[in-house]
Amino acid sequence: MTARRLPSRKVRVLALRYVGAVALTLLFLFPIYWLFMISFKTPDEIYHVPPLWVPGQIQFSNYYVLFKDHDVAAIGNSLVVAGVSSVIAVILGTLCAYSLARFGTGGENLAMWILSQRMIPPIAVVFPVFLAYVYFGLVDGFFGLILLYTAFNLPYVIWMMRGYIVDVPLELEESALVDGCNRWEVIWKVVFPMVRPGLVATSVFAFVFAWNDFIFALVLTRTEVVTFPVQLTHYFGGQSNFWAKIAAMSVLGTLPIFAAVTVMQRYLVRGISLGAVKG
Amino acid sequence: MTSPAIYDGNERGRDGRIGRMLEDRLPYLVVAPAILILLLVGVFPLIYSLIVSFQRITMTDNDTSFVGLLNYAELFRDGRLWAALGHTAMITIIALPLELLIGFLMAQLFIDRMPGRQFFVALLVLPTVISPIVAGATWRLMFDVRFGPIGQILSFFAGEPVRILWTVNPSYVYPGIIICEVWQWSPFMFLLLLAALSNVDQSQLEAAELDGASYARVLRAIILPAIAPVIAVASLIRGLDLVRIFDIIWALTEGGPGSMTETISLYTYVQGFTQFETSYTAAIAFLVIALLTAVTTLVLKRMEIAR
Repeated sequence: MTARRLPSRKVRVLALRYVGAVALTLLFLFPIYWLFMISFKTPDEIYHVPPLWVPGQIQFSNYYVLFKDHDVAAIGNSLVVAGVSSVIAVILGTLCAYSLARFGTGGENLAMWILSQRMIPPIAVVFPVFLAYVYFGLVDGFFGLILLYTAFNLPYVIWMMRGYIVDVPLELEESALVDGCNRWEVIWKVVFPMVRPGLVATSVFAFVFAWNDFIFALVLTRTEVVTFPVQLTHYFGGQSNFWAKIAAMSVLGTLPIFAAVTVMQRYLVRGISLGAVKG
Repeated sequence: MTSPAIYDGNERGRDGRIGRMLEDRLPYLVVAPAILILLLVGVFPLIYSLIVSFQRITMTDNDTSFVGLLNYAELFRDGRLWAALGHTAMITIIALPLELLIGFLMAQLFIDRMPGRQFFVALLVLPTVISPIVAGATWRLMFDVRFGPIGQILSFFAGEPVRILWTVNPSYVYPGIIICEVWQWSPFMFLLLLAALSNVDQSQLEAAELDGASYARVLRAIILPAIAPVIAVASLIRGLDLVRIFDIIWALTEGGPGSMTETISLYTYVQGFTQFETSYTAAIAFLVIALLTAVTTLVLKRMEIAR
């Protein structure tokens, strides 16, 4: 092989890789495209045989119906439940993580116990929680769901934030202590600013987990605080009557997640691997 | 895992007695609220349901007398339960390696730098972050025999009309579920494996290339050992998720036809929330926890040995 032909081979390989990348992306995004597209179709276009791959025009009547029928209340409920619970989980979890990281509170056992709480299958927890919630009248209320999602996200937040805090150089805290800060000030003025990116990323992922949850919400809601995934299943009826609503609701419930994750791209690998892989 | 740094504890607070007390107890004060919530929502219900699992509570009968291991003995006679465990195991055993393999191949395509790589990666991870119930709903629309594109595409390639009832036909329900599952989670594997592959020692790879080693040999001798820990962690995370699979199946088949695609999570749900077999459901929940704990411990042990 001569030196002159080498670049052309490189270019060919690169071109092939682009072809592969584009094909792969189209393949994986096609279902999402299909979902979004249905949400813009008219009923005639949705129930057209053979299926149409492009809607005649972009029109929003399917979304309008969601607003008119107050179905979007489910999105509002999800925002409140996921938002409040992830904020509480991040505040309490980060404080707890600080103690685990810096004082070794409870040793490795406590840390592992907290992680193991994450591993318990939801179906095994949800039934006893349901019994307790019935007893205390917490079913179908904001408080019950927020409490549950807070508990559900705490192990994740603690585990992740422990990793981020361990990465903060100890010397920074020590010099702040020498300068006369007390421990609370050290947490607030030194540690928090240092872990802020990790803190934001962890909050976003905790929000996404609560937002996407189906099984807890299915069991613990009835009519008042129905969240968006549960609302979505109300449109499955064996009949194909509710396709427009399924698609439009899915898009409404998915767009915020896409936006959040795209912004958090840099932290995605660490966030979804429970800190095991630092991308 | 980094070992936690420990303070020697001889620093002093300076805000008077209460301030000092708050500061001395800080390690415990800040842990307490989180642990309290975990105990309240995670542990207390488990203890309560452990007690319930030794009683005989059903929808019609609030019989709180203790019956010993009756409910647990019942587990062994419950054919539908073992079928559900079998379905769960089957989905896991098929989907997990598929996701790993597809994720690895995707990562291979993007391992060398190319302009716009970040853009492709950002798009490819989107399936992984959507709600599984939305993923299931999407594929339900895709699979629809009259208005969905899958049948249309298959018909195009087959040259004759292909009409497959993906969510009803016993021969196709599992392929349908697994297609949806693999579509959603291969990008998860892709993302983690891409990160792992990027960290493989480049100088070793270059040395191997100079020696004229074949790709298969480089893969076995250098790449796989280097990314093995990430493969293990990713498989563990995904494996635990697959064993509790619920949402996608709920959206696609609701466990049907009959109870053909009923997994252990669906079966537990049916027993607890449509049959109201309270005590028996509690026993099932503990069987699931025991099995999962056993598998997780085994996997973690093997990972330790492999290291």
